[in-house]
Amino acid sequence: MTELDAGLVGEQIAESGQISEPDGAREIGRARRRKEDRRLLTGHTRWTDNLQQPGMLHVMFVRSPMAHARITRVDVSAARDLPGVVAAFSGRDFADEQGSLPCAWPVSEDIVIPDHPPMAVSQVRYVGEAVACVIATDRYRAADALEAVEVDYEPLPAVMDMNEALAPDSPKVHEAGNKAFSVTITSGDVEAALRDAPVVIDRTYVQQRLIPSAMEPRAVLASTDGDTFTLWSSTQIPHVLRVMLAVTTGIPEHRLRVIAPDVGGGFGSKLQVTAEEVLCLLLTRRLGVPVKWTESRSEGNLTVHHGRDQIQHLTLAAEADGRIRGLRVRLLADMGAYLMLVTPGIPMLGASMFNGIYKMDAYEFGCTGVFTTKMPTDAYRGAGRPEATFAIERIMDELAAELKMDPVEVRRRNWIGHEEFPYTTVSGLTYDSGNYEAATDRALALFGYDKLRAEQADRRDRRDPVQLGIGVSTYTEMCGLAPSRMLGMANYGAGGWEHGSVRMLPTGKVEVITGTSPHGQGHVTAWSQIVADSLGVPFDDVTVLHGDTAIAHKGMDTYGSRSLVIGGVAVLQACEKVKAKARKLAAHLLECSPDDLEFDGGAFTVRGTGSAKTIQELAFAAFTAHDLPEGVEARLDSDATFDPDNYSFPHGTHLCAVEVDTETGQARIRSYVAVDDVGRVVNPLIVRGQVHGGIAQGIAQALFEEAVYDADGNLLTTTMADYLLPSAADLPDFTTDRTETPSTGNPLGVKGVGEAGTIASTPAVVNAVVDALRPYGIDDIRMPCTPERIWRALEGARS
Amino acid sequence: MIPAPFDYVRPGSVEEACQALAADEDAKVLAGGQSLLPLLRLRLAYPSTLVDIGRLPELSGVHDRDDHVYIGAMTTHDDVLRSPVIHGACPLVALAAATVADPAVRHRGTFGGSLAHGDPAGDLPAVVLALDAVLVARSARGEREIPAAEFFADYLETALEPDEILAGVRIPKLGPGWGYHYEKFHRTAQAWAVVGVAAAVKRSDGGIEEARIGLTNMGATPVRARAAEAALRGAEAGDRVRAACEEAAADTSPPADLHAQPDYRRHLARVLTHRAVRTAAGWG
Repeated sequence: MTELDAGLVGEQIAESGQISEPDGAREIGRARRRKEDRRLLTGHTRWTDNLQQPGMLHVMFVRSPMAHARITRVDVSAARDLPGVVAAFSGRDFADEQGSLPCAWPVSEDIVIPDHPPMAVSQVRYVGEAVACVIATDRYRAADALEAVEVDYEPLPAVMDMNEALAPDSPKVHEAGNKAFSVTITSGDVEAALRDAPVVIDRTYVQQRLIPSAMEPRAVLASTDGDTFTLWSSTQIPHVLRVMLAVTTGIPEHRLRVIAPDVGGGFGSKLQVTAEEVLCLLLTRRLGVPVKWTESRSEGNLTVHHGRDQIQHLTLAAEADGRIRGLRVRLLADMGAYLMLVTPGIPMLGASMFNGIYKMDAYEFGCTGVFTTKMPTDAYRGAGRPEATFAIERIMDELAAELKMDPVEVRRRNWIGHEEFPYTTVSGLTYDSGNYEAATDRALALFGYDKLRAEQADRRDRRDPVQLGIGVSTYTEMCGLAPSRMLGMANYGAGGWEHGSVRMLPTGKVEVITGTSPHGQGHVTAWSQIVADSLGVPFDDVTVLHGDTAIAHKGMDTYGSRSLVIGGVAVLQACEKVKAKARKLAAHLLECSPDDLEFDGGAFTVRGTGSAKTIQELAFAAFTAHDLPEGVEARLDSDATFDPDNYSFPHGTHLCAVEVDTETGQARIRSYVAVDDVGRVVNPLIVRGQVHGGIAQGIAQALFEEAVYDADGNLLTTTMADYLLPSAADLPDFTTDRTETPSTGNPLGVKGVGEAGTIASTPAVVNAVVDALRPYGIDDIRMPCTPERIWRALEGARS
Repeated sequence: MIPAPFDYVRPGSVEEACQALAADEDAKVLAGGQSLLPLLRLRLAYPSTLVDIGRLPELSGVHDRDDHVYIGAMTTHDDVLRSPVIHGACPLVALAAATVADPAVRHRGTFGGSLAHGDPAGDLPAVVLALDAVLVARSARGEREIPAAEFFADYLETALEPDEILAGVRIPKLGPGWGYHYEKFHRTAQAWAVVGVAAAVKRSDGGIEEARIGLTNMGATPVRARAAEAALRGAEAGDRVRAACEEAAADTSPPADLHAQPDYRRHLARVLTHRAVRTAAGWG
């Protein structure tokens, strides 16, 4: 591969405000505005909470105010007697049928998967756990009735700190103890790498607990006709949910339909089988009428599964010239009170990524999952990979500082050269393609790196109260989840394939069915572009159906930057099958051999003649079926299932300049450059949107967001006045650009972009903050890097 | 938003509003709702009646009077910050109003509402305190004037009686030679002030003749930085001003919360007071 293979896209958006258009009529690469935006942005659409059913009742949950307690009494009788209240139940009322919420990823032999009743029966283990519910004719009456439910608790000690939880004398969250699992992975001889190493860097980093904050709160609506059940949910995973709900509730899978209508964001938080989904199904079964539940924002902060929450201990050994010898990683990962759908798998998604883009001969990863009396953690944008990327990118800066070397230079000395791909890393993954040099050079140029370093030196010399810090993050990530074979090796409970259907309608329009389940990503637009190019039909002639198990009968849904890389490819392959059928039909109608036909511009033409049939004509011919060749059915449609051989590995270089006011401690981002390589791009506008949103979410972890529990296990950040989400007013303009190194793992050459921005940006920002403070002898600020934390670090350094 | 049940009345006059309040001691006044509705949503407040004063035009508007500006209690923050009268005569009010939350809140939230709510983290209480404003209360018993220094009684508590409505605020005109600044320190654009400093400064040749400083979120109520004001009187620009501002946190009892501990708030008060004074004096 040459430098030119990672051709610069020239998408100088930040400077010109224009987006380059591809040549000719190709749709792939075109910055199409999204078909779905009009209804999503105006709200004139089917959010779950907008849906009504005849006779529908409203459910609300009484939630535990105690982090850890025995339930000694639940009395719902007073609530039942209130006007408008139809029913009220305690966990005990459903004890025999509610089952246990599933965990689909038993990551180790020693894993402990505790019973997890959707409504607590005898014990609560986090504040917010459901203990009873009321069902009323409207949600106002339901809310009033909540206050009439009496619950007595016998308090048990809260278990809040992971290290203390593992002490032998710690109170237990579960009978079996507070250790959920432990895993160790080794490659090479880390002991030998550390022994006599010229440089050893030892650091502990804390990934704070985060609350995913999708714009649309969770909502569930369940109904039954007595025989079949329908569940509408604001979920990312209608297909997985259907299987899991069938297993959990005993409702046979073929009598259960799950629908994800338009869904307003998820970020992993709606990759879950929730207590509320299970209970709404059980309530509609018991009461025989539709029931709906919609959470409030504060309820969501308490009970949407949380993200991150790890303590990371890293030991890095290097030569005096900066080359890495080996890396040891020891993680404590906070599971919270229970293992939910993929809770234990989240740290394991980072298990092979702490080595990042760097070459080394020895690697050791150890992780212990710990139970605490907090909301369970699970997938949150990036899921395991942001944690890994943060740790390696932070410690690379520490290595550079130790060696008094430029942080970009220390990376150059260690990264995989573009000529070395495909490259099998020390942790055993094979990176298919990449060009770290090209992305980094481009980012440095756009950033004005040398000039900013000069300004930084000047401010340091002048002892300017506002210091400048520069942070770099040369990341890669593992996405496109995932090859089913590899998921099986990782003991995950399902495959990672994806399904697509393409059918030509009689009038020549195209209906696409995808097993992915968009919740803001723009699949309808991007899939239309793929189909338009493949079948030669107009972009506007394509519609995409999704999110309903009665329509999209097969799918593995949307998470882990997988939809385009797997689902988009499945759609492409279904198109190719449709074209193969159409070719046979065209050859029959044009009385030639299929091999004599060439396909271009949506028509089959007999080579060297003007005789042709358009794909629309062929669709109509298949519909009338008046003259079909032997062995060709009366339909022009096809299905395909794609299962990749490997993950995909987007990469890029992000650079951040931060001004730190040393009098107040406030860090303000001055400029931010992101050059991402996500392989071939179907829609640059969507890619830009994903990168922008991703960076914002990563900056949020670096500077703003943290879920805080007090020592008794009360969540203190239950509103947005306390859990600080940055808005556009708090963020700088981002300069974004791309290099394009196609993936070799799929025919579209795409790599996935949903998580890249989040994974890359957090270490870039914290590296910049620490870089600004390094002259004061400061080598870390715990996230989020709040003004008070920075000020205290400075106070400590000054004294 | 699912509050506990309450009765709702929308009076047609201030007199009716006062009668409704007098008739029910657990009634609360609903102005712009930007502070009250969150309390209702969280069920931290259970008023029996909401008296909605949103359609009483006599409570809105900015009036240029001889020695003061009268701001009707129901004037929205957005109207305040766009008022030429306020910009001319008491620009500190507009500077602070412009920092309140976000445009949506500023279009619904009212000047009087944020004072009557008595939240020391609100931006406007420190401003009216610094400017020695006079708050005008109405009730069935008549009208009463309350100096700002006596208005803020405790955390979320004011000198208003349960049957009183805040009708408006008189902001004295300080006259020529004064400069103003509101220095707000917050973590995100929409967040409450961690600490805020409202400064009005009268310059003399090369220094400060008089300074008035109100502090946001440095105690259970907004407070005046009296020690700093005294130290600034007659201070010349430079180190003496800086030293005077070191007194800004004297006699304060700032709260501890998720965003700051008291010692950090005291530190911020000193730094921000210096910045506010310098900017107000035109040295920023």
